[in-house]
Amino acid sequence: MDPMAAIKQTFFQECEEQLAELEAGLLAMEGGDNDSETVNAVFRAVHSVKGGAGAFSLEDLVRFAHVFETALDHVRAGRLEPTPEVLKVLLRAADVLADLVRAARDGGSVDENRSQKLADELRALNPGDAAEPEDDLSGLEFQPVHAVFDFDEDEPAPAPADNVFIIKFKPKPSLYAKANETALILRELGELGPIETSCDVSDLPLLSELDPEGAYLAWTIKLTTPKNEDAVRDVFDFVTWDCDLEIINETAPTGPGGGGIDDELAALLARVQASEPDAPDAAPEPIATSIPTPDVSEPTERATQAKAAAAKPSGEADAKAAPTIRVDLDRVDRLIDLVGELVINQAMLAQRVTEAGLARASGIVIGLDELEQLTREIQDSVMAIRAQPVKSVFQRMPRLVRELAAMTGKSVRLVSEGEGTEVDKTVIERLTDPLTHMIRNAIDHGLEKPEARIAAGKPEEGTVRLSALHRSGRIVIEISDDGAGINRPRVKQIAIDKGLIPADAQLTDEEVDNLIFLPGFSTASEISDISGRGVGMDVVKRSIQALGGRISISSRPGKGSTFTMSLPLTLAVLDGMVVTVADQTLIVPLTAIVETLQPKAGEVHGMGGAARVISIRSKFTPLVDIGRELGYRGSASDPLAGVVILVETEGGGRSAFLVDAIQGQRQVVIKSLEANYRHVPGIAAATILGDGRVALILDVDAVLAKTQGDAPPGLNPGVSEAA
Amino acid sequence: MTKTILTVDDSRTMRDMLLLTLSDAGYRVIQAEDGMHGLEVLAGEKPDVIVTDINMPRLDGFGFIEKVRHDANHRAVPILVLTTESDAEKKDRARRAGATGWIVKPFDPTKLVAAVRRVAA
Repeated sequence: MDPMAAIKQTFFQECEEQLAELEAGLLAMEGGDNDSETVNAVFRAVHSVKGGAGAFSLEDLVRFAHVFETALDHVRAGRLEPTPEVLKVLLRAADVLADLVRAARDGGSVDENRSQKLADELRALNPGDAAEPEDDLSGLEFQPVHAVFDFDEDEPAPAPADNVFIIKFKPKPSLYAKANETALILRELGELGPIETSCDVSDLPLLSELDPEGAYLAWTIKLTTPKNEDAVRDVFDFVTWDCDLEIINETAPTGPGGGGIDDELAALLARVQASEPDAPDAAPEPIATSIPTPDVSEPTERATQAKAAAAKPSGEADAKAAPTIRVDLDRVDRLIDLVGELVINQAMLAQRVTEAGLARASGIVIGLDELEQLTREIQDSVMAIRAQPVKSVFQRMPRLVRELAAMTGKSVRLVSEGEGTEVDKTVIERLTDPLTHMIRNAIDHGLEKPEARIAAGKPEEGTVRLSALHRSGRIVIEISDDGAGINRPRVKQIAIDKGLIPADAQLTDEEVDNLIFLPGFSTASEISDISGRGVGMDVVKRSIQALGGRISISSRPGKGSTFTMSLPLTLAVLDGMVVTVADQTLIVPLTAIVETLQPKAGEVHGMGGAARVISIRSKFTPLVDIGRELGYRGSASDPLAGVVILVETEGGGRSAFLVDAIQGQRQVVIKSLEANYRHVPGIAAATILGDGRVALILDVDAVLAKTQGDAPPGLNPGVSEAA
Repeated sequence: MTKTILTVDDSRTMRDMLLLTLSDAGYRVIQAEDGMHGLEVLAGEKPDVIVTDINMPRLDGFGFIEKVRHDANHRAVPILVLTTESDAEKKDRARRAGATGWIVKPFDPTKLVAAVRRVAA
């Protein structure tokens, strides 16, 4: 790859890191952390982006970063108070910066008006008048003219455009202290054109008084060059402050001639007067039009100033992150596959051993138990490699919230909790869209306008809470708002209007709330561009279900709504109950199971048709005959001959699954049916059992949904292909 | 003899750019990620020129320059500071801290090499 292209790639990677740092820093500041290191880090992030962008001539990015950086510099210097209002602007500026970076990377375009507007807002933040410190230095634009290094020649008929400069140059000790060299400066002047140099040694003291670090020599240089005075001054750019410098343009017709003689005279005079070697006035000053350069104050004093300024950042300890390595994801997945095979193999071995009828206390059985435990540990460790904190998804949300707040004119605060909660990488990747949609909903539909909130006696600022936590082997993510809650009469009316439910339907509050998950349901009277068109909560629900997750809603009028998602930590293994149905082995995910029981006579009641209910502790629960439901057999089986598994969905819906027998409980490796065969309604995936046979894993929610009559489209009664 | 240049910059992009440009120009380049790291590197190296950024974590460019200028082994090494055009004030501070000169970012290879040449004996 072209080295510059490679560096550019590095730049964009680094930008992403800087942008993350920037946002984290700004959020910390919003949270009241105004530690100088935080502010510095924020500044540095923008500064780095700008520096790199400049190198690649990304003009839009540089321009915006520059304005942003200026504002941050004011904050850093204490000239601009980081009030919540200021931080809001800064955070939005960070978003624009991120957009500009991505546009530069992917070649997209950005909303010019938006970045312009924010640039203006940033400028408006600047204290005093908005003028930015512009440097008059136009960079180092000297172009070496090659090899006209002629000390002796006496101006051999210069081209008419040539200028003649008399340069008087007296270095101060500070010039040498900064490792500048007179010889190098003369060399560079020589590259501009022929020079004549004379050295004034009049200040040179006796050897015994000579300070080896002093500066005693003064130089007079006559330069003939096609360049203008700026080019000449530029040679002295680095040393302007550390020398006495005069540049006289001799070309000008009014310029005094014969400077050489004057020089010698003045030098002679100076030598006579030179009683103190360090008197700057002693420098020859024969020409009246001299431009004295500003004097330098004592270097020591400045040094201490600089030191004090530097002391702060250097004092900060730098927390070192734990060492990490990057590994190709394929390798990890291969390892996970292998461990899956190991688990299956271990299960097979265990089964063979049992079949061999060995004593429970035999060495083989004990060894096998240890193997099982080790296998499980290996599996957990391997899964941990794929696990990542949900932070990567959560940290995209503050920006979304800010944008939505700006678009809707609502005042919103986002509170995130449990960002460190880990879950499988695939789950994280597929979480972004549903989360985004739910947050949009919460702000667009959930939260009220500020006036309405005040009228309702609530704080003007609405709160959206995003939290993640581990609960019984699953990750639970909650999105709650303190808005108006679900408007149940309206939701019901809309559902009726759209023909989703019959007009006379009697629904519980919970059922009404769940109407929003129906396909094609949208509560906004006008579809706004915020919550989108066509993509409703049904899509959210389906994508969560596709991950083996569940979603539920609880809402209290006037208090707000909470969406709860429960997802598996990994998509690779699952704890399941192994059951038999019509000689087929099925797996019921353990997380869905509440209890198992043996039905007694009189507990099962017919409901007309094939529908039956079972009374469990005097509560009626629909009885689902799995064998019939999946098409394993045509007629209903005798409930008294089977076992009932009581399952519950995240939404609280309960159902009793009738199976023939329970074989046991086991951890199974999930093998995708969709990837290897195709999607089968009612079946989530498959696995390989210890005896080498394939067993299907039941999709409890899908079966439940189907039997309850609100099956998603595509889940048709005939599921004979599952057999 | 090949001249050695120490570059001190916390940005990977910048370090890579400096490395590419300076090695193309025939210099040997050693790198440090911030001022503190720069001082560590200096303990075992004697570069002919140092090019340093200003805004860096741990020890910034000002502090770094000053420490170098107080180090008997390295006090005479020319130090170029990377600044942006609008940093007149920073340039001034760097100069006061003991910087030899500066390179205005963004730099093109010619500009950078010219600036290094200007201070390298």
